[in-house]
Amino acid sequence: MTTSIYTPEMARLVKVEQMTALEKLFTIELPDGRNLGHDPGQFVMVSVLGVGEAPISITSSPSRSNGTFELCVRRVGDVTNALHRMQPGDWVGIRGPFGRGFPLGKMRGKDMLFAPGGLGLAPLRSLINQVLDERGSFGRVIILYGAKRPDELLFRDELDEWVARDDVECYITVDRGDETWDGHVGVITTLFPLISVNPRNTVAITCGPPIMYRFVLIELLGKGIPETQIYLSLERRMKCGVGKCGHCQINNLYCCQEGPVFTYAQIKGVEEAL
Amino acid sequence: MSLKILDKGAVAPLVNALMADYRVIGPRAKGPTFAFGPINDPAELRLDYNTTILPPKKVLQPPQERLAAFTMLGEPHVEPVIEAGPTVLLGVHTCDLHAIRLLDKVFSQDYPDAHYLERRRQTIIVSLECLEPCDEHSFCKSMGTLTADEGYDLHLTDLGLAYAVDVATEAGEDLLSRYGTAREATEADIRRLNEVLSAKWPRFTYRLDFDAAELPALLSTAYNHPIWDELGERCLSCGSCTNVCPTCYCFNVFDEVNMALTEGERRRCWDSCQLDEFARVAGGENFRQDRAARQRHRFMRKGKYLYEKFGMLGCVGCGRCIRTCVAHISIVEGFNTIHGSA
Repeated sequence: MTTSIYTPEMARLVKVEQMTALEKLFTIELPDGRNLGHDPGQFVMVSVLGVGEAPISITSSPSRSNGTFELCVRRVGDVTNALHRMQPGDWVGIRGPFGRGFPLGKMRGKDMLFAPGGLGLAPLRSLINQVLDERGSFGRVIILYGAKRPDELLFRDELDEWVARDDVECYITVDRGDETWDGHVGVITTLFPLISVNPRNTVAITCGPPIMYRFVLIELLGKGIPETQIYLSLERRMKCGVGKCGHCQINNLYCCQEGPVFTYAQIKGVEEAL
Repeated sequence: MSLKILDKGAVAPLVNALMADYRVIGPRAKGPTFAFGPINDPAELRLDYNTTILPPKKVLQPPQERLAAFTMLGEPHVEPVIEAGPTVLLGVHTCDLHAIRLLDKVFSQDYPDAHYLERRRQTIIVSLECLEPCDEHSFCKSMGTLTADEGYDLHLTDLGLAYAVDVATEAGEDLLSRYGTAREATEADIRRLNEVLSAKWPRFTYRLDFDAAELPALLSTAYNHPIWDELGERCLSCGSCTNVCPTCYCFNVFDEVNMALTEGERRRCWDSCQLDEFARVAGGENFRQDRAARQRHRFMRKGKYLYEKFGMLGCVGCGRCIRTCVAHISIVEGFNTIHGSA
């Protein structure tokens, strides 16, 4: 029997939920109810046979793996558009998990500051829920989440839950409000003055559209958080996921192998990173 | 392992015998130039070739190949496809031999690539010592690829009436004894071989103004060098340089389905970091949007990045990218320019 790192395993969609106009949440079951065995921050290569394959970060946390995992997918390219047309019971191909996720071991005991923007919440949610499921092992949990419009906010139920929890400091903002929105209005950086942190004991994690990183980094560095304690999850084009095809290369770094999670210290001198 | 002597008259019978059991690939005339292709008649083999349009990489990593076959109806089914068969690759120059050594590392490190590795496992390489420079574009002497002492099964050096054959592996020894008629080298043969090898060196010139080992350190200071903008202005973003490069291995992956939409194949094909969409994600962001950045990426990969990842420089000095570039971009001149202004 020949095997190949490029052969996907067929897995079943068990649940498809519309989250926003552009995003759906897919719950996927591997054969034999096996767990994916991922770390928060890793990604899988998702195939729609006949259409192609795309890298998608895993949004569910390992702590909630019940023989399934979740992907939050924006309808934006060929593969993701095809995925959006699929129903529960349909089959997708999965390879992975790939890449280097968040180093949980280094994060335990620390205050956690999450700063996702838009769809950037998807990969961070994997870590957020892992942290909440081990709540006693971490210090403060701060979540600063920004989206363009109220109807673009993802995981509304969980956001409500996080806001309601006493042991989570969760602030949400939208760039532009509407009649349904009575919360904070402004870009994500306007949330940072609302919190103060003990920088040496704080780990910050951010993910969002490319334009967002520089502004969020200025805020995080301004609070005195060390460069080695700021984590970013980066997006790149990928065709293999295993360091061969060359598409995801960020100068000398392979996003699929050394990333997609990097510390700011790691990419500070890497010009193509942001 | 041993040194044998193969009379030139014995080459055609050897090739003929190999053709029965192997796919035999070697340099053949193609118009005014040469190209690696199937040898169906020993007379097609042109061991006197200077260089080929495409490197022999295409035998090990074909321009396009199948990765998997799948069915799409009901419960879909995917099977890996590994396209490999017994192959003898004849007449590989040492620049290309060094490039294959790099590809071997690329496709075996971290996640082994069964498609390349199985094809490589089934390929016997018979390389050929260059005694004359192929043309003004090559700079193998500067890159340390003017000769080789590993990476082949058999290595030929033209002694005039015969080839000296360095037998480096059991597969090579087996091939030669089973299909050919070579004799053991005598002391006179060895003397003659050493004369031939010594005499070749002065015919080749150093074209890099500095030691190639300095390239990674040199390039690490050249990220903001004005040369990138200058190259970006000239580059047409056609991707020819990477297509003809013996160490470029980047690929794209795509699906093809039949008209009934019941089954299909996943394939990969060569891709190029010089093309506009190479680093563009579905959302539209292009992480290497400018031609200047893409040319810089190519130079950096050849002189720095691949060295850092695999311990070998990504340029073997074959000169193909220079030969093929319609904008006359020269990687060796580029390296020299950077060195001259450092």
